[in-house]
Amino acid sequence: MNIHEYQAKQLLKQFGAPVAEGAVVMQPEQALKAAQSLPQGVIVVKAQIHAGGRGKGHFKEAEAGDKGGVRITKSPEEAASEAQKMLGATLVTKQTGEEGKQVNRIYLEAGADIAKEFYLSLLIDRASSRIAFIASTEGGMNIEEVAEATPEKILTMDVDPATGLMPFHTRLLNKALGLSGNSAKQMAKLARTLYTAFTKSDMSMLEINPLIVTGAGDMQVLDAKVSFDGNAAFRHKEYDALRDISEEDPFELEASKFDLSYIKLDGSIGCMVNGAGLAMATMDIIKHYGAEPANFLDVGGSATTEKVTEAFKIITSDPGVKGILVNIFGGIMRCDVIAQGVIVAVKEVGLKVPLVVRLEGTNVDKGKKIINDSDLDVIAADDLDDAARKIVKAVQG
Amino acid sequence: MSILINKDTKVICQGLTGSTGTFHTEHAIAYGTKMTAGVTPGKGGQVWKGGEACKGAELPVYDTVLEAKEKSGADASVIYVPPPFAADSILEAIHAEIPLIVAITEGIPVLDMVRVKRALDGSKSVLVGPNCPGVLTPDECKIGIMPGNIFKKGHVGIVSRSGTLTYEAVFQTSQAGLGQSTAVGIGGDPVKGLDFIETLEMFLADDETHSIIMIGEIGGPAESDAAAFLAQNKVKKPTVGFIAGVTAPPGRRMGHAGAIVSGGEDTAEAKIEAMKSAGIAVSPTPAALGETLINLLKA
Repeated sequence: MNIHEYQAKQLLKQFGAPVAEGAVVMQPEQALKAAQSLPQGVIVVKAQIHAGGRGKGHFKEAEAGDKGGVRITKSPEEAASEAQKMLGATLVTKQTGEEGKQVNRIYLEAGADIAKEFYLSLLIDRASSRIAFIASTEGGMNIEEVAEATPEKILTMDVDPATGLMPFHTRLLNKALGLSGNSAKQMAKLARTLYTAFTKSDMSMLEINPLIVTGAGDMQVLDAKVSFDGNAAFRHKEYDALRDISEEDPFELEASKFDLSYIKLDGSIGCMVNGAGLAMATMDIIKHYGAEPANFLDVGGSATTEKVTEAFKIITSDPGVKGILVNIFGGIMRCDVIAQGVIVAVKEVGLKVPLVVRLEGTNVDKGKKIINDSDLDVIAADDLDDAARKIVKAVQG
Repeated sequence: MSILINKDTKVICQGLTGSTGTFHTEHAIAYGTKMTAGVTPGKGGQVWKGGEACKGAELPVYDTVLEAKEKSGADASVIYVPPPFAADSILEAIHAEIPLIVAITEGIPVLDMVRVKRALDGSKSVLVGPNCPGVLTPDECKIGIMPGNIFKKGHVGIVSRSGTLTYEAVFQTSQAGLGQSTAVGIGGDPVKGLDFIETLEMFLADDETHSIIMIGEIGGPAESDAAAFLAQNKVKKPTVGFIAGVTAPPGRRMGHAGAIVSGGEDTAEAKIEAMKSAGIAVSPTPAALGETLINLLKA
C-alpha cells in the first residue's frame, strides 16, 4: 500500500527525522493561508500523486501552466497561485501512463539550501531475507540507472534482525557517502530513525531520493516515498487514515471489498481464475495465442457463489472486455460450486460476450454437467490450451 | 524414495481445531497421511474428532508443540494458524526442533518472516512456505491443501512457487502417465523457507526422481539463481521450466506478495532466458508442461 509524499514525511517526522516545514492543500482557497504559514523564502509546490517522475511530468490542461508537478516559487502569493493552477488538473509522468492522474492534493514546503544530494532507501532484500539499506552518492537520479552505469557507487548493506542496526552499519553508510563530523553524526541518527520507522510501521519500502546535506552541513529528507506491507494492516489501524482511495482504480477498489485480487489491464479478454500463479499464466497463454488479457483476477481458494458473481460483475463492467475466460483448477475449491456461481452470475448480470469455461479438479464432472445442463451459451473447454484457443478465436472471429 | 516426506512421516497440525485445519486434516487422513496430534493453545486435553471424510478419526489436542512432539513422536508439523499468530507458531515449531515445518497460512507480514528466517539459521528445522499448498508424495503422505486425487505415483519431481500451477503440472504429468515422486509448493511470499535451489538439490539426490518440473513467476532472483545452480551442478536430470507473468505490468503486485517486477532482472523474460541458457526446456505455455517433458524424455 502506497502513501503520498507529505504523509510519508509527516510519519518520518513523528519518528524524529529531519524534514522541512510544510503544509498540505486540498482546496484552492486554503492555498494562500497555507503558504503564509511557512517560513519566509523559497516555497516548493509539489503535486501529490502516487507516481514518480512528477518534476519532469507535464499537465494535460493548458491552465495548469507548462511547468511540471514540482514548482519553485519565491513568495506565498506565487506559491498559492501555482498550487491553485495544479489542483484538479491532470499530471502525466513516466509512471502514470498517457491518461495521467488528477492532482487532488498539493504539498507546500519550505525551500532547502542544497549542498549535496544522496540516495538512501530501505527495503526487504530477498536474497538475504533481511532489511537492507541502499545508499549512493548519486542523489536525485533513478537508482536503477545508477546501478546500471556505476554499480560501484551503490552500497547495499543488510541488517541482521537479531541485532538490529549497529554502530558499524552507520559507519559504513558514512564512509560510502563521504560524510564526516557533524553531518556524519546526524546521518547515524537518521539511519537509526529510519530503521525504527521501517520496522515499527511494517514498511515494505522507504526511499529518500534525494537525501540532502544543507549548506550548513545538516542532513534533511527532501523527498520520501513509503509503501506499507498490506499483510501487516491488521496491526496498523493508522494505515486506513493514510489510504487515498482516489489514487486507486475503481474496479480494483470494488474487487478488494469482496476479497478478490483484481488488476485492470488494457486487453479484450476478461479472465476469472483461482490462484495467483494460474491467473498470471492464464494471461500469458491468452497472449501466446495472439490476444491480450483485460485483467488479472484471482478469486482465491475459497470462492463462494457470491464471490464468483461479484467477480463476474467486475469483469463485465469493463467496456473493453470482448470475451471471458473462466479457468478453474479446483483443489480446495469444488468445480460444482464454481459452475453454480457462473450460472447465477450470468443470469443476474447477463452475457453479451462469448464465455469459455474450463474446469478441472475436484468434482469436475458435476461442474461440467451443471454447465451443460444450463441453457446458457457457454463454450466448454477440455483443457487450458483448448480454452485459450477457443476464447481467442471467439473474440477475434 | 521421495523427498521431505514418505509413508512413515508422522504429522501434527498447528491450528487443528480451526475450520481450515480441521477440513484439511480430514482430507490428509483420508489420503493415508499419519496425522498424530493437533496443537491449539488453551485446548490441550481435548479430543479432535474428524467428520465423514476421515471416517470420524480422532486426534489428541495439546497446548504446546513440544508436548505434541513428545507424545506423538512427530517429525513434521503443518500450520493453518491465522496470519497474526502464524510466525509465532512457526517459531514454536522451530523451538521444538520439528524437522519439517509446512506453513500453509497466507498473508503473514514480511517482517515477521524476516525474523523466522533468522531463527531457521542453525536450527534443526526445514520450513516449507508460508503461503504455499504444501508437500505431497503420492500414495504415501499429503501435507497441506493439494488435491490428492490428481496425483499418480511416478518419477517427476515438481517444485513450484504457485499452488494452482503445481496442480496443473501434477495433472499433466499424471495424464501423460509419468506420475510424481514428490511435489513441493514453496509458496509465493518474498521471504520464505525452502527455495528452488534447496529443493532441486534434494530432487537431484533422490533416486526415485528421474526428471524435474520447476515453475516460477515474476519477481526476485530465485529462478535465475536456480538455473545457474543447475547449469553448474554435476548431476543432471531432464528439467522442464515455466515462468508465469510474461504479461504482468511492472510495479504491480500480482496476487502473491512476491510477484512484483521491480528491477530488470526479475522479469519473466530474463528468467526464461536464464533457464534456457542453463539447458532447461522451457514450456511455451502452462498447458504444455507435460508435453514438453515427454518430448524432452524422448529426445
